[in-house]
Amino acid sequence: MNFEELISKSHAFVTQYLNGADVDLDIDLFATGMVNSLFAMQLVLFVEKEFGFAVANEDLDYDNFRSINAIADFAARKLGLTVNA
Amino acid sequence: MSVDQTEVLKQEQKQRIVKCVVWDLDNTLWDGTLLEGGIKGLRPNVFTVIKTLDERGILQSIASKNDHQSALSQLEQLGLTDYFLSPQINWGAKSGSIERIAKDLNIGLDTFAFIDDQAFEREEVSFAIPEVLCIDAADTDKIPELPEFKPRFITEDSARRRQMYQADLQRQTVEEHFDGPQEKFLTSLEMKLSINPAGESDLKRAEELTLRTNQLNTTGYTYSYDELNLFRQSYNHQLLVASLEDKYGDYGKIGLVLIERFEGNWVIKLLLMSCRVMARGVGTVLINHLRNQARNNHVRLLAEMLPNDRNRMMYMTYKFNHFSEIDKQGELVIFENDLKVVHEFPNYFQLNIGDL
Repeated sequence: MNFEELISKSHAFVTQYLNGADVDLDIDLFATGMVNSLFAMQLVLFVEKEFGFAVANEDLDYDNFRSINAIADFAARKLGLTVNA
Repeated sequence: MSVDQTEVLKQEQKQRIVKCVVWDLDNTLWDGTLLEGGIKGLRPNVFTVIKTLDERGILQSIASKNDHQSALSQLEQLGLTDYFLSPQINWGAKSGSIERIAKDLNIGLDTFAFIDDQAFEREEVSFAIPEVLCIDAADTDKIPELPEFKPRFITEDSARRRQMYQADLQRQTVEEHFDGPQEKFLTSLEMKLSINPAGESDLKRAEELTLRTNQLNTTGYTYSYDELNLFRQSYNHQLLVASLEDKYGDYGKIGLVLIERFEGNWVIKLLLMSCRVMARGVGTVLINHLRNQARNNHVRLLAEMLPNDRNRMMYMTYKFNHFSEIDKQGELVIFENDLKVVHEFPNYFQLNIGDL
Protein backbone atom coordinates (compact mmCIF):
# COMPACT_ATOMS: atom_id res chain seq x y z
CA MET A 1 0.00 0.00 0.00
CA ASN A 2 1.39 3.42 -0.86
CA PHE A 3 0.76 6.78 0.75
CA GLU A 4 -1.85 7.80 -1.82
CA GLU A 5 -3.88 4.73 -0.99
CA LEU A 6 -3.67 5.44 2.73
CA ILE A 7 -5.05 8.90 2.02
CA SER A 8 -7.82 7.79 -0.29
CA LYS A 9 -8.95 4.96 1.96
CA SER A 10 -8.99 7.19 5.04
CA HIS A 11 -10.82 9.88 3.13
CA ALA A 12 -13.40 7.40 1.88
CA PHE A 13 -14.00 6.10 5.40
CA VAL A 14 -14.39 9.54 6.95
CA THR A 15 -16.69 10.94 4.28
CA GLN A 16 -18.82 7.82 4.32
CA TYR A 17 -19.14 8.03 8.08
CA LEU A 18 -20.13 11.66 7.85
CA ASN A 19 -22.77 10.79 5.25
CA GLY A 20 -20.86 12.18 2.34
CA ALA A 21 -19.88 15.49 3.86
CA ASP A 22 -17.01 17.15 2.04
CA VAL A 23 -14.02 16.73 4.31
CA ASP A 24 -10.78 18.54 3.64
CA LEU A 25 -7.63 16.44 4.11
CA ASP A 26 -6.26 18.81 6.73
CA ILE A 27 -9.39 19.73 8.60
CA ASP A 28 -9.29 18.96 12.32
CA LEU A 29 -11.93 16.28 12.75
CA PHE A 30 -12.16 16.65 16.50
CA ALA A 31 -12.07 20.41 16.82
CA THR A 32 -15.20 21.04 14.79
CA GLY A 33 -17.49 18.83 16.82
CA MET A 34 -18.07 16.80 13.67
CA VAL A 35 -17.17 13.57 15.37
CA ASN A 36 -17.62 11.85 18.69
CA SER A 37 -16.11 8.98 20.65
CA LEU A 38 -18.02 6.35 18.73
CA PHE A 39 -16.54 7.73 15.55
CA ALA A 40 -13.09 7.78 17.15
CA MET A 41 -13.52 4.15 18.11
CA GLN A 42 -14.64 3.18 14.63
CA LEU A 43 -11.84 5.16 13.11
CA VAL A 44 -9.30 3.23 15.16
CA LEU A 45 -10.93 -0.09 14.27
CA PHE A 46 -10.93 0.93 10.62
CA VAL A 47 -7.22 1.74 10.72
CA GLU A 48 -6.43 -1.57 12.43
CA LYS A 49 -8.46 -3.62 10.00
CA GLU A 50 -7.74 -1.79 6.78
CA PHE A 51 -4.03 -1.12 7.29
CA GLY A 52 -3.32 -4.29 9.25
CA PHE A 53 -1.61 -3.22 12.46
CA ALA A 54 -2.72 -2.93 16.08
CA VAL A 55 -3.13 0.55 17.52
CA ALA A 56 -1.63 0.49 21.01
CA ASN A 57 -2.80 2.80 23.78
CA GLU A 58 0.26 5.01 23.38
CA ASP A 59 -0.62 5.46 19.70
CA LEU A 60 -4.13 6.62 20.55
CA ASP A 61 -3.08 10.15 20.23
CA TYR A 62 -5.00 13.18 19.11
CA ASP A 63 -2.15 14.06 16.73
CA ASN A 64 -2.31 10.67 15.02
CA PHE A 65 -6.01 10.92 14.25
CA ARG A 66 -6.81 14.62 14.06
CA SER A 67 -7.18 14.78 10.27
CA ILE A 68 -7.16 12.54 7.23
CA ASN A 69 -3.58 13.56 6.49
CA ALA A 70 -2.56 12.82 10.08
CA ILE A 71 -4.12 9.35 9.91
CA ALA A 72 -2.29 8.56 6.69
CA ASP A 73 1.01 9.87 8.11
CA PHE A 74 0.55 7.80 11.22
CA ALA A 75 -0.29 4.63 9.25
CA ALA A 76 2.67 5.22 6.95
CA ARG A 77 5.00 5.46 9.95
CA LYS A 78 3.60 2.28 11.48
CA LEU A 79 3.90 0.45 8.17
CA GLY A 80 7.42 1.75 7.59
CA LEU A 81 6.53 3.62 4.40
CA THR A 82 8.53 6.62 3.34
CA VAL A 83 6.32 9.64 3.22
CA ASN A 84 6.94 11.71 0.13
CA ALA A 85 3.97 14.03 0.24
CA MET B 1 -29.26 1.11 52.09
CA SER B 2 -26.03 1.44 50.16
CA VAL B 3 -24.24 -1.81 50.94
CA ASP B 4 -27.53 -3.64 50.71
CA GLN B 5 -28.21 -2.15 47.35
CA THR B 6 -24.85 -3.23 45.98
CA GLU B 7 -25.45 -6.73 47.36
CA VAL B 8 -28.89 -6.80 45.87
CA LEU B 9 -27.50 -5.73 42.56
CA LYS B 10 -24.94 -8.49 42.56
CA GLN B 11 -27.68 -11.01 43.27
CA GLU B 12 -29.78 -9.45 40.61
CA GLN B 13 -27.01 -9.87 38.10
CA LYS B 14 -26.70 -13.54 38.98
CA GLN B 15 -30.43 -13.98 38.85
CA ARG B 16 -32.31 -13.53 35.61
CA ILE B 17 -33.95 -10.15 35.34
CA VAL B 18 -36.58 -9.45 32.73
CA LYS B 19 -36.37 -6.17 30.85
CA CYS B 20 -38.85 -6.94 28.09
CA VAL B 21 -42.03 -9.02 28.02
CA VAL B 22 -43.30 -10.20 24.64
CA TRP B 23 -47.00 -11.04 24.43
CA ASP B 24 -48.87 -13.27 22.03
CA LEU B 25 -52.30 -11.86 21.12
CA ASP B 26 -54.99 -14.52 20.43
CA ASN B 27 -56.08 -16.24 23.66
CA THR B 28 -53.15 -14.70 25.51
CA LEU B 29 -53.64 -10.95 25.54
CA TRP B 30 -57.26 -11.14 24.52
CA ASP B 31 -59.97 -13.78 24.57
CA GLY B 32 -60.71 -15.36 21.18
CA THR B 33 -59.09 -15.53 17.77
CA LEU B 34 -59.15 -12.26 15.88
CA LEU B 35 -59.41 -13.74 12.37
CA GLU B 36 -61.95 -16.37 13.41
CA GLY B 37 -64.95 -14.41 14.57
CA GLY B 38 -63.27 -11.67 16.55
CA ILE B 39 -62.42 -11.28 20.18
CA LYS B 40 -64.38 -11.18 23.41
CA GLY B 41 -62.25 -8.54 25.12
CA LEU B 42 -59.03 -8.67 27.09
CA ARG B 43 -58.37 -11.72 29.22
CA PRO B 44 -58.95 -11.12 32.93
CA ASN B 45 -56.17 -9.25 34.73
CA VAL B 46 -54.16 -8.73 31.56
CA PHE B 47 -54.54 -4.97 31.70
CA THR B 48 -53.43 -4.84 35.35
CA VAL B 49 -50.36 -6.92 34.52
CA ILE B 50 -49.48 -4.68 31.57
CA LYS B 51 -49.79 -1.56 33.68
CA THR B 52 -47.83 -3.01 36.59
CA LEU B 53 -44.94 -4.08 34.37
CA ASP B 54 -44.96 -0.70 32.66
CA GLU B 55 -44.70 1.15 35.97
CA ARG B 56 -41.75 -1.02 36.90
CA GLY B 57 -39.89 0.07 33.79
CA ILE B 58 -40.23 -3.31 32.06
CA LEU B 59 -40.70 -2.89 28.33
CA GLN B 60 -43.39 -4.80 26.43
CA SER B 61 -43.86 -5.94 22.89
CA ILE B 62 -45.87 -8.36 20.78
CA ALA B 63 -45.13 -11.47 18.75
CA SER B 64 -48.31 -12.65 17.09
CA LYS B 65 -49.12 -14.67 14.00
CA ASN B 66 -51.93 -12.55 12.70
CA ASP B 67 -52.95 -10.08 10.07
CA HIS B 68 -50.77 -7.07 10.77
CA GLN B 69 -53.32 -4.35 10.08
CA SER B 70 -56.31 -6.00 11.79
CA ALA B 71 -54.30 -6.76 14.92
CA LEU B 72 -52.97 -3.21 15.12
CA SER B 73 -56.48 -1.76 14.72
CA GLN B 74 -57.74 -4.06 17.46
CA LEU B 75 -54.96 -2.91 19.81
CA GLU B 76 -55.80 0.66 18.93
CA GLN B 77 -59.48 0.09 19.78
CA LEU B 78 -58.45 -1.36 23.13
CA GLY B 79 -56.30 1.71 23.74
CA LEU B 80 -53.16 -0.40 24.22
CA THR B 81 -51.00 0.58 21.25
CA ASP B 82 -48.71 2.84 23.25
CA TYR B 83 -47.69 0.10 25.65
CA PHE B 84 -45.99 -2.03 23.00
CA LEU B 85 -42.65 -1.19 21.39
CA SER B 86 -41.77 -2.57 18.01
CA PRO B 87 -44.72 -5.03 17.81
CA GLN B 88 -44.12 -7.97 15.46
CA ILE B 89 -47.30 -9.17 13.81
CA ASN B 90 -46.57 -11.51 10.93
CA TRP B 91 -46.70 -15.17 9.94
CA GLY B 92 -43.04 -15.92 10.63
CA ALA B 93 -41.52 -17.87 13.53
CA LYS B 94 -41.91 -16.11 16.87
CA SER B 95 -38.26 -16.66 17.71
CA GLY B 96 -37.46 -14.46 14.71
CA SER B 97 -39.88 -11.82 15.93
CA ILE B 98 -38.28 -11.79 19.38
CA GLU B 99 -34.81 -11.45 17.88
CA ARG B 100 -36.05 -8.52 15.85
CA ILE B 101 -37.45 -6.81 18.94
CA ALA B 102 -34.17 -7.36 20.82
CA LYS B 103 -32.30 -5.78 17.95
CA ASP B 104 -34.66 -2.78 17.72
CA LEU B 105 -34.49 -2.11 21.45
CA ASN B 106 -30.81 -2.99 21.76
CA ILE B 107 -31.24 -5.20 24.82
CA GLY B 108 -29.99 -8.74 25.40
CA LEU B 109 -32.12 -11.79 24.59
CA ASP B 110 -31.40 -13.16 28.07
CA THR B 111 -33.56 -10.36 29.48
CA PHE B 112 -36.67 -11.39 27.51
CA ALA B 113 -39.81 -13.20 28.63
CA PHE B 114 -42.41 -14.56 26.21
CA ILE B 115 -46.06 -15.27 27.03
CA ASP B 116 -48.13 -17.55 24.80
CA ASP B 117 -51.07 -19.91 25.30
CA GLN B 118 -49.73 -22.44 22.81
CA ALA B 119 -47.12 -24.94 23.93
CA PHE B 120 -45.92 -25.25 20.34
CA GLU B 121 -44.96 -21.56 20.17
CA ARG B 122 -43.26 -21.60 23.56
CA GLU B 123 -41.25 -24.65 22.55
CA GLU B 124 -40.25 -23.12 19.23
CA VAL B 125 -38.93 -20.04 21.06
CA SER B 126 -37.24 -22.11 23.81
CA PHE B 127 -35.55 -24.25 21.22
CA ALA B 128 -34.31 -21.36 19.06
CA ILE B 129 -33.42 -18.98 21.93
CA PRO B 130 -32.98 -20.98 25.16
CA GLU B 131 -32.22 -17.85 27.19
CA VAL B 132 -35.77 -16.49 26.78
CA LEU B 133 -38.07 -17.17 29.72
CA CYS B 134 -41.28 -18.74 28.32
CA ILE B 135 -44.53 -18.49 30.26
CA ASP B 136 -47.88 -20.15 29.70
CA ALA B 137 -50.67 -17.58 29.25
CA ALA B 138 -52.60 -19.47 31.93
CA ASP B 139 -50.03 -18.15 34.44
CA THR B 140 -50.37 -14.48 33.43
CA ASP B 141 -51.77 -13.53 36.86
CA LYS B 142 -48.64 -14.70 38.65
CA ILE B 143 -46.19 -12.69 36.54
CA PRO B 144 -45.97 -9.56 38.73
CA GLU B 145 -45.09 -11.75 41.72
CA LEU B 146 -42.22 -13.62 40.06
CA PRO B 147 -38.77 -12.42 41.20
CA GLU B 148 -37.61 -12.03 37.59
CA PHE B 149 -40.16 -9.25 37.18
CA LYS B 150 -39.28 -7.30 40.29
CA PRO B 151 -36.46 -4.87 39.61
CA ARG B 152 -34.85 -3.60 42.80
CA PHE B 153 -34.47 -0.07 41.53
CA ILE B 154 -37.51 1.85 40.51
CA THR B 155 -36.48 5.41 39.81
CA GLU B 156 -38.28 8.21 38.07
CA ASP B 157 -36.34 7.19 34.96
CA SER B 158 -37.55 3.58 35.12
CA ALA B 159 -41.17 4.65 35.23
CA ARG B 160 -40.58 6.66 32.04
CA ARG B 161 -38.50 3.99 30.34
CA ARG B 162 -41.15 3.11 27.78
CA GLN B 163 -41.50 6.71 26.58
CA MET B 164 -37.71 6.96 26.35
CA TYR B 165 -37.47 3.84 24.21
CA GLN B 166 -40.33 5.05 22.04
CA ALA B 167 -38.40 8.24 21.43
CA ASP B 168 -35.26 6.18 20.70
CA LEU B 169 -37.11 4.12 18.10
CA GLN B 170 -38.33 7.29 16.41
CA ARG B 171 -34.79 8.73 16.40
CA GLN B 172 -33.41 5.51 14.94
CA THR B 173 -35.88 5.58 12.10
CA VAL B 174 -35.04 9.17 11.33
CA GLU B 175 -31.29 8.55 11.61
CA GLU B 176 -31.44 5.51 9.30
CA HIS B 177 -33.24 7.50 6.67
CA PHE B 178 -31.34 10.71 7.13
CA ASP B 179 -29.49 11.73 4.01
CA GLY B 180 -26.76 14.24 4.56
CA PRO B 181 -23.92 15.06 6.90
CA GLN B 182 -24.07 13.66 10.41
CA GLU B 183 -23.81 17.13 11.84
CA LYS B 184 -27.04 18.11 10.11
CA PHE B 185 -28.73 15.09 11.65
CA LEU B 186 -27.50 16.05 15.10
CA THR B 187 -28.66 19.61 14.53
CA SER B 188 -32.08 18.33 13.51
CA LEU B 189 -32.49 16.64 16.92
CA GLU B 190 -32.54 20.05 18.69
CA MET B 191 -30.70 18.63 21.69
CA LYS B 192 -30.67 20.39 25.04
CA LEU B 193 -27.93 19.32 27.41
CA SER B 194 -27.82 20.39 31.05
CA ILE B 195 -24.88 19.87 33.35
CA ASN B 196 -25.67 20.70 36.96
CA PRO B 197 -24.42 19.93 40.46
CA ALA B 198 -26.28 16.87 41.74
CA GLY B 199 -29.23 17.56 43.99
CA GLU B 200 -30.47 15.13 46.60
CA SER B 201 -33.19 13.93 44.27
CA ASP B 202 -30.56 12.91 41.70
CA LEU B 203 -28.68 10.54 43.98
CA LYS B 204 -30.71 7.38 43.51
CA ARG B 205 -30.33 7.64 39.76
CA ALA B 206 -26.66 8.57 40.19
CA GLU B 207 -26.06 5.42 42.22
CA GLU B 208 -27.92 3.38 39.63
CA LEU B 209 -25.71 4.86 36.91
CA THR B 210 -22.48 3.98 38.72
CA LEU B 211 -23.69 0.41 39.20
CA ARG B 212 -25.11 -0.19 35.75
CA THR B 213 -22.84 1.64 33.34
CA ASN B 214 -19.86 -0.42 32.20
CA GLN B 215 -18.97 0.56 28.69
CA LEU B 216 -18.92 4.34 28.83
CA ASN B 217 -17.31 4.49 32.25
CA THR B 218 -13.76 5.68 32.89
CA THR B 219 -13.07 3.94 36.20
CA GLY B 220 -16.06 1.79 37.12
CA TYR B 221 -15.89 3.07 40.69
CA THR B 222 -19.23 2.42 42.32
CA TYR B 223 -20.49 4.71 45.03
CA SER B 224 -23.35 4.21 47.42
CA TYR B 225 -26.16 6.67 47.92
CA ASP B 226 -24.58 7.84 51.18
CA GLU B 227 -21.14 8.32 49.68
CA LEU B 228 -22.61 10.28 46.79
CA ASN B 229 -24.58 12.38 49.23
CA LEU B 230 -21.33 13.24 51.06
CA PHE B 231 -19.56 14.15 47.82
CA ARG B 232 -22.49 16.33 46.90
CA GLN B 233 -22.02 18.41 50.04
CA SER B 234 -18.24 18.24 50.32
CA TYR B 235 -16.22 21.31 49.50
CA ASN B 236 -13.45 19.12 48.09
CA HIS B 237 -15.72 17.40 45.63
CA GLN B 238 -18.01 18.28 42.82
CA LEU B 239 -20.68 15.86 41.68
CA LEU B 240 -22.27 16.75 38.36
CA VAL B 241 -25.28 15.24 36.65
CA ALA B 242 -25.95 15.59 32.93
CA SER B 243 -29.44 15.42 31.46
CA LEU B 244 -30.38 15.40 27.82
CA GLU B 245 -33.57 15.98 25.89
CA ASP B 246 -34.33 16.46 22.25
CA LYS B 247 -37.36 17.03 20.09
CA TYR B 248 -38.37 13.38 20.39
CA GLY B 249 -38.40 13.39 24.16
CA ASP B 250 -36.44 13.28 27.34
CA TYR B 251 -33.44 10.97 27.76
CA GLY B 252 -33.44 11.65 31.50
CA LYS B 253 -30.24 11.77 33.53
CA ILE B 254 -27.60 10.22 31.36
CA GLY B 255 -24.22 11.27 32.68
CA LEU B 256 -22.30 11.61 35.90
CA VAL B 257 -18.99 13.26 36.76
CA LEU B 258 -17.20 13.20 40.09
CA ILE B 259 -14.33 15.62 40.62
CA GLU B 260 -12.01 15.73 43.60
CA ARG B 261 -10.36 19.12 44.23
CA PHE B 262 -7.16 19.67 46.13
CA GLU B 263 -4.28 22.14 46.01
CA GLY B 264 -4.75 23.51 42.55
CA ASN B 265 -5.72 20.15 41.06
CA TRP B 266 -9.04 18.86 39.87
CA VAL B 267 -9.11 15.10 39.48
CA ILE B 268 -11.91 13.48 37.53
CA LYS B 269 -12.51 10.32 39.55
CA LEU B 270 -15.41 9.15 37.48
CA LEU B 271 -16.94 10.12 34.18
CA LEU B 272 -19.70 7.98 32.81
CA MET B 273 -22.51 8.12 30.31
CA SER B 274 -25.47 5.94 29.53
CA CYS B 275 -25.06 3.94 26.31
CA ARG B 276 -28.32 5.45 25.14
CA VAL B 277 -26.52 8.68 24.28
CA MET B 278 -23.59 7.07 22.47
CA ALA B 279 -22.61 8.99 19.35
CA ARG B 280 -24.30 12.22 20.41
CA GLY B 281 -21.10 14.00 21.39
CA VAL B 282 -22.05 14.36 25.06
CA GLY B 283 -18.66 13.17 26.36
CA THR B 284 -16.81 15.78 24.38
CA VAL B 285 -19.05 18.55 25.69
CA LEU B 286 -18.66 17.34 29.29
CA ILE B 287 -14.87 17.30 28.98
CA ASN B 288 -14.78 20.62 27.17
CA HIS B 289 -16.83 22.17 29.95
CA LEU B 290 -14.43 20.81 32.59
CA ARG B 291 -11.45 22.04 30.57
CA ASN B 292 -12.91 25.56 30.32
CA GLN B 293 -13.69 25.62 34.02
CA ALA B 294 -10.25 24.34 35.02
CA ARG B 295 -8.62 26.95 32.77
CA ASN B 296 -10.70 29.76 34.29
CA ASN B 297 -9.89 28.58 37.80
CA HIS B 298 -6.18 28.24 37.03
CA VAL B 299 -6.01 24.63 38.17
CA ARG B 300 -4.57 21.48 36.58
CA LEU B 301 -7.12 19.06 35.22
CA LEU B 302 -6.26 15.43 35.94
CA ALA B 303 -8.26 12.26 35.40
CA GLU B 304 -8.10 8.74 36.72
CA MET B 305 -8.79 5.93 34.31
CA LEU B 306 -8.99 2.19 34.83
CA PRO B 307 -8.83 0.71 31.34
CA ASN B 308 -10.50 -2.65 30.79
CA ASP B 309 -11.69 -4.62 27.78
CA ARG B 310 -15.04 -2.82 27.73
CA ASN B 311 -14.27 0.85 28.22
CA ARG B 312 -11.75 1.48 25.47
CA MET B 313 -14.05 4.11 24.05
CA MET B 314 -13.62 6.22 27.17
CA TYR B 315 -9.85 5.90 26.94
CA MET B 316 -10.13 7.33 23.44
CA THR B 317 -12.50 10.02 24.57
CA TYR B 318 -9.86 11.19 27.02
CA LYS B 319 -7.00 10.86 24.58
CA PHE B 320 -8.82 12.69 21.80
CA ASN B 321 -9.80 15.48 24.16
CA HIS B 322 -6.23 16.46 25.01
CA PHE B 323 -5.53 14.20 27.95
CA SER B 324 -2.22 12.36 28.04
CA GLU B 325 -0.86 9.79 30.43
CA ILE B 326 1.46 11.23 33.05
CA ASP B 327 1.56 8.33 35.50
CA LYS B 328 0.60 4.72 35.93
CA GLN B 329 -0.01 3.03 39.27
CA GLY B 330 -0.64 -0.63 38.55
CA GLU B 331 -3.76 -0.68 36.41
CA LEU B 332 -4.62 2.90 37.23
CA VAL B 333 -3.72 5.49 34.60
CA ILE B 334 -3.36 9.14 35.55
CA PHE B 335 -4.08 11.62 32.79
CA GLU B 336 -3.39 15.32 32.62
CA ASN B 337 -5.11 17.65 30.23
CA ASP B 338 -3.33 20.11 28.00
CA LEU B 339 -5.57 23.10 28.62
CA LYS B 340 -3.85 25.33 26.07
CA VAL B 341 -5.96 24.19 23.13
CA VAL B 342 -9.33 25.91 23.29
CA HIS B 343 -12.37 24.43 21.58
CA GLU B 344 -15.80 25.84 20.91
CA PHE B 345 -18.80 23.75 21.89
CA PRO B 346 -20.45 21.99 18.95
CA ASN B 347 -23.32 24.15 17.81
CA TYR B 348 -25.87 21.35 17.67
CA PHE B 349 -26.37 21.53 21.44
CA GLN B 350 -28.32 24.07 23.39
CA LEU B 351 -26.35 24.12 26.61
CA ASN B 352 -27.47 24.80 30.12
CA ILE B 353 -24.28 24.79 32.14
CA GLY B 354 -23.01 26.79 35.06
CA ASP B 355 -19.65 27.66 36.56
CA LEU B 356 -18.04 25.18 38.94
